[in-house]
Amino acid sequence: MTLTEDTALVRPDATALLPGNDPVRVLGTPAAADLDPEDLLRLYRELVLGRRYNEQATALVKQGRLAVYPSSTGQEACQVAAALALSTQDWLFPTYRDTLSVVLRGVDPVQTLTLLRGDWHTGYDPHATRVAPLCTPLATHLPHAVGLAHAARVAGDDVVAMALVGDGGTSEGDFHEALNFAGVWGAPVVFLVQNNGYAISVPLAKQTAAPTLAHKAVGYGVRGVLVDGNDAPAMLGVLTEAVDRARDGGGPTLVEALTYRVDAHTNADDATRYRSTAEVEAWRERDPLDRLERHLRETGRLDTGTIEEARAAAERMAADLRTRMHVEPAVAPLGLFDHVYAEPTPQLLEQREFLLAELSDDVEGNCPP
Amino acid sequence: MARALNAALRDSMAADRSVHVLGEDVGALGGVFRVTDGLTAEFGEDRCTDTPLAEAGILGSAIGMCLYGARPVVEMQFDAFAHPAFEQLVGHAAKMRNRTRGAVSLPLTVRVPYGGGIGGVEHHSDSSEAYYTHTPGLHVVTPATVDDAYGLLRQAIASDDPVVFLEPKRLYWGKQPFRRTLDVPPIGRAVVRRPGRDAVLITYGPSLEVCLETAEAAEPLGLDVAVLDLRSLVPLDDETICEVVRRTGRAVVVHEATGFGGVGAEIAARITERCFHQLEAPVLRVTGFDIPYPPPKLESHHLPSVDRVLDALARLQWDGRPGGVSLAGA
Ligand SMILES: Cc1ncc(C[n+]2csc(CCOP(=O)(O)OP(=O)(O)O)c2C)c(N)n1
Repeated sequence: MTLTEDTALVRPDATALLPGNDPVRVLGTPAAADLDPEDLLRLYRELVLGRRYNEQATALVKQGRLAVYPSSTGQEACQVAAALALSTQDWLFPTYRDTLSVVLRGVDPVQTLTLLRGDWHTGYDPHATRVAPLCTPLATHLPHAVGLAHAARVAGDDVVAMALVGDGGTSEGDFHEALNFAGVWGAPVVFLVQNNGYAISVPLAKQTAAPTLAHKAVGYGVRGVLVDGNDAPAMLGVLTEAVDRARDGGGPTLVEALTYRVDAHTNADDATRYRSTAEVEAWRERDPLDRLERHLRETGRLDTGTIEEARAAAERMAADLRTRMHVEPAVAPLGLFDHVYAEPTPQLLEQREFLLAELSDDVEGNCPP
Repeated sequence: MARALNAALRDSMAADRSVHVLGEDVGALGGVFRVTDGLTAEFGEDRCTDTPLAEAGILGSAIGMCLYGARPVVEMQFDAFAHPAFEQLVGHAAKMRNRTRGAVSLPLTVRVPYGGGIGGVEHHSDSSEAYYTHTPGLHVVTPATVDDAYGLLRQAIASDDPVVFLEPKRLYWGKQPFRRTLDVPPIGRAVVRRPGRDAVLITYGPSLEVCLETAEAAEPLGLDVAVLDLRSLVPLDDETICEVVRRTGRAVVVHEATGFGGVGAEIAARITERCFHQLEAPVLRVTGFDIPYPPPKLESHHLPSVDRVLDALARLQWDGRPGGVSLAGA
């Protein structure tokens, strides 16, 4: 057998990996009729909660309770679907913008927001929650997701990793290396690119000349799927299918979700410098919550009771978050030295003593060591 | 300081068509700190370019542009986000002249916002100057005043060697008027910002202000403290450092980067090697702790403060001093 024939054998069929030209959609198509009403109502409740969570977190910034908040308003269908598609034993690898997914995975919202409040870098235990730390350096967490998924598969465990990244993040080298490793190893990992149109101020057209971001999968032997990111049932369907496939040994998938970042990049950003209000308004018309709500109403599946219940649950979450975030956290300065190494170096012990002495001298005495 | 830097970029671009600005969000947004504000509007997208989001790609392409005669100024959005470009900087930018026996020079400026004190969350407050100073082939420059921001950046852009230009983040928002002149001391010269006879505080960038305040606070305690602003870490102005140390006999080096293996260690060693017999006390350092940069609520415990620098001054073995000063309570 020649080398070409031999390698040809292991080469996957490119067409099977290619994303469709049109994004996967469910709402407004005949497929919508086949959806399980219970699934839809669950999505609806989570979207209502998610929207309220974004509003509350944004308000907390204005009240000085969060140092910064990268909002996922407008992207809630992606956030909700990413969380719901996973099983308990699976892992989520989020970015700074994905706190909603983290909360919906069951992590306490206050612990989720610890980084953004500024009291510590990660507020939850990744092992206990199976959620990696919120990642700020773009795309650097993607190889981690691949490594975890690979290790789990080698160990014979049933674990899938879902890694989230933005459109801008797909330009980083780590994105490409992660996809390549995932392809070579056949790792049970799902990459979800939330293409929200911008990387801070930079529009997609300046980020890539590719037909779609989902096409980037193909060069790495990974399946690419393009989906309407504001169509909640489509999002959940595509991600569930990708997770199931990974679980069943079918390898990695790269999902590109077309969505929009309705708010500025963060509260510190001035989005009027690089985009028009007309553009934002046009996307508001395609709001994921409105679209699902409209569908549910039109199919007679949404009664006032359900709406009120969903809103009340969201209010309870927001009120709880508000109350708990208004309590100033006790952050112990001496904790700065506790976890640099498993065993502190002699130098760190010395520096700890120095700070302790300084704190004891502090006449105001308002620094709990 | 952002305004002075902006003016320096604008004037460099107007004076020399080969100057290009590249980076993330440097176009319509004008950079997240507005240092590149208006440059795309004035010079077009080919001269001030929003690149794809990839630091290694930005720096690597800039090196290629240099090979074709351009003089690129690259913006890294934050210090910690320059790390993906480390290989391009250390493996290529720093070595090109040497490996080609001088045939290829890289007139490249890499602007890096650095340091903390701005309440930034994880990865937004790093001080990585020691990695750069440890890399032969790179100049490492950092302004502490608005005049230097303008003058040093223009010098950096005009330099035929790669310059890592470290901009203290916490000074960006200051609105002091600056002189639009190239007439500042050259890269490689330190400047005495405050004369003094008893001791010298040696510092740079974000810590200059703390040192000036400390010197002022030491005055009523009977100490006449000089403050030296290094401005350039590579090349380092041994001559001025030694001249001031010999005159004062006592020195403290202050920076906010972690102390272990840091720039302060290098300076202390050089002083000891050159001025041992004029020293009245060991050279002390006041630096950040040897820990990852703390979260916003704890950063004040990490950063050099007036109290910490005063405390270091007090430990400079004053007992034997004729006429003596008492720093009790300092
Ligand atoms: C390696 C790296 N470079 C630069 C940054 C600064 N930065 C933070 S968010 C951002 C834009 C990211 O855009 P995208 O990946 O599309 O995600 P989005 O914020 O839109 O969710 C940039 C440039 C960073 N965090 N990490």
